[in-house]
Amino acid sequence: MDFTIDFTKEQIESIEDILQDELIDLGVQSVILMDLAGNVIVNLDSGDSSHDVFSLAALAAGNYGAVSAMANIIGEQEFSLLFHKGEEESIHFSKVVEDLLLLTIFNKNVSLGFLRLKVAEAIKRIQMLI
Amino acid sequence: MALINPKKREVQVKVVYYGPGRGGKTTNLEYVNQKFRKRILNEMVTVKTYGDRTLFFDFLPIDIGKIKGHSIKIQLYTVPGQVKYNATRRLVLRGVDGIVFVADSMDLRREMNIRSLQNLKENLETFNKNIFHIPLVMQYNKRDLADEGIPILPMETMQKDLNSRLRAPFFPASAVSGDNVAATMKKIIALTVGSLRKKLE
Repeated sequence: MDFTIDFTKEQIESIEDILQDELIDLGVQSVILMDLAGNVIVNLDSGDSSHDVFSLAALAAGNYGAVSAMANIIGEQEFSLLFHKGEEESIHFSKVVEDLLLLTIFNKNVSLGFLRLKVAEAIKRIQMLI
Repeated sequence: MALINPKKREVQVKVVYYGPGRGGKTTNLEYVNQKFRKRILNEMVTVKTYGDRTLFFDFLPIDIGKIKGHSIKIQLYTVPGQVKYNATRRLVLRGVDGIVFVADSMDLRREMNIRSLQNLKENLETFNKNIFHIPLVMQYNKRDLADEGIPILPMETMQKDLNSRLRAPFFPASAVSGDNVAATMKKIIALTVGSLRKKLE
C-alpha cells in the first residue's frame, strides 16, 4: 500500500498551531488541510460550526481536480486559487504543495483580501515544516 | 494512498467501486448505507445528474473499529460508469487503496464489462498503479435477474472474461436485494487493511 506524505505527531501539532494562529484566531470558522485523494490531514474549527469535514474533503478533492482539468483545456497548468462565495459562508481553496490543499471556511466578518494574505502566510510556514 | 494521522491515531483508507454504467455501484453503497447505519456518522454524499445517473461520484465514510490502537475509517466511493465520464473516473481513482469491480451479469452487458475493466487498468496506469498489484474484488451483480427470466451470463463465462488472469476473489451478488453486498465489502476491507497492519506496528 502507498501512503501520502507521512506526518509525525509533532508536524501535525505544529501545523495545527500555525492554522490556529494565522486563521482561526482571525475569525475563520474552520480550516481543513487535506490531500487530493480526499483524506483529511488536519481540521480545526472555531467551535461555532460542525461541518461534515470528510464529505467536504471528498467533494473538494473532486472539485479541485475538475477545475485543474478545465485549466489544462484552456492551456493553464492549474488554477492555484479557488473561491466559492455564499450568502453567509464562503469557501476558499489554496494549494499548499503538490497533493495538499488548504480549505478555509469563513463568514462575511472576514474580508477575502485579508484572508488570502493570512492563508498565504500560513502556507509559507507549513511549507517550511514538510 | 492511505493516510495515517499519528496524533488522532486514525487511518483513512480509500475504496472505489468501479464498473460499467447502470451496473449497480451506487446501489451497493445505498445498501451499505442502510445496513450499517450505526457505523456511518455522516450522510451519504451523491452527485447525480438527470435520470438518477451518477455524475461525479458517491461517497460514504464508514468506521470499522480499531487496529493496533488506530481507528480505521474506510471511505467508499463510486465512479460514474458512463463511458463519457472518463476524466471524472480518473479523478476519483486518485489515491485509491482498494477496488471493487461491479460487473453486470446481464447477457447484453458482456462487452461493456470487458471494456470497463480495460478502462480501469488504463486509468490505474496513469497513476503508476498496476491492476495486478492493487487489492481487488470482483462482484458479479444482478444475479437475481435470472429469476425474472432475463438472460444472464453464466458465472464461468464472467470469470473467464474478467478474472482469468487477475484471479481476484469474486462474489455473485444482487445489490438490490443486498445479497453478498456486505460480503464483497468485507472482503475488500480485509484485503486493503491487511497491508496496513505492518505499517501500524
